[in-house]
Amino acid sequence: MAVVFQKTKGLTDKPFSYCPGCTHGIIHRLVAESLEELGLLDEVIGVAPVGCSVFAYEFFNCDMHEAAHGRAPAVATGIKRVHPDHPVFTYQGDGDLASIGTAEIVHVAHRGEKITTIFVNNAIYGMTGGQMAPTTLVGQKATTAPYGRDAALCGNPIRISEMLATIDGAVFVERVAVNTPANIRKAKKAIKRAFEVQLQGLGFGIVEVLSTCPTNWGLTPVESLEWLEKNMIPYYPLGNFKSPKEEK
Amino acid sequence: MGKAKGTVIFDSDACKGCGLCISVCPVNILALDTSSVNNKGYHPATAIEPEKCIGCANCATICPDTVITVYRTMEE
Repeated sequence: MAVVFQKTKGLTDKPFSYCPGCTHGIIHRLVAESLEELGLLDEVIGVAPVGCSVFAYEFFNCDMHEAAHGRAPAVATGIKRVHPDHPVFTYQGDGDLASIGTAEIVHVAHRGEKITTIFVNNAIYGMTGGQMAPTTLVGQKATTAPYGRDAALCGNPIRISEMLATIDGAVFVERVAVNTPANIRKAKKAIKRAFEVQLQGLGFGIVEVLSTCPTNWGLTPVESLEWLEKNMIPYYPLGNFKSPKEEK
Repeated sequence: MGKAKGTVIFDSDACKGCGLCISVCPVNILALDTSSVNNKGYHPATAIEPEKCIGCANCATICPDTVITVYRTMEE
């Protein structure tokens, strides 16, 4: 009997602290599988964010570092400059990367730091209880937007991938989703490619992963995947926005 | 080419009963086991008709808690 699927060595035995149906678990696994397949587990250094995935350092079976809220790209810059031979990645949510950490992510891309960022966008602040994030969709309800986000008052949701793709130092920018097995397989390819781009020393790479938050969206896990497909993908289109020239 | 025969093994105590695996199974053989409760207090997912499994690994691919291990053999 051939093994088709088993738990990757890139994850520790510690059970995830995430809510039932939270897609953080899928994304953790995709990153861990990519690192294992590229043979990087012994040398890679990850930087965990603040947010639901604050305990990511407990779950990834590699060296990890915790950063202050939003500052993971700055911490990763320091690590990469001290250890230029080690692959470095950050794992950040949308409250961390697209709000308090916007300056850090924009400048890390401008400097073309040779790190990889996994950006998990679930359009809400999860850990603190479902407040409106910069990525919350117009009309989407949150605890701080009980009647839905009003574009006249709060502006429109920020599209991080499109913005970073305009920056020269960012060489690999792709948006993926984890709402179906097919999209999960595509997401894995993008994450693996982003690490390969870093290993080739080409510049900054980011993969934005559209994710769900069943608890704070007030939906079941299965309904959340459908909500993501119907509402998030039209506003946050999937696809590769930028990849190194020789690939094209 | 023979028919694919799969086997799915659940680490039931790691399951949070979210049901994502059930929603993506192409042969509809998964369900929450409402007759049991695991260590976390959830009804864990299980295969109710395991002999029909084709070993596609969709369930394991979407499982957020890496509960499922999948094996496959080819029948002649």
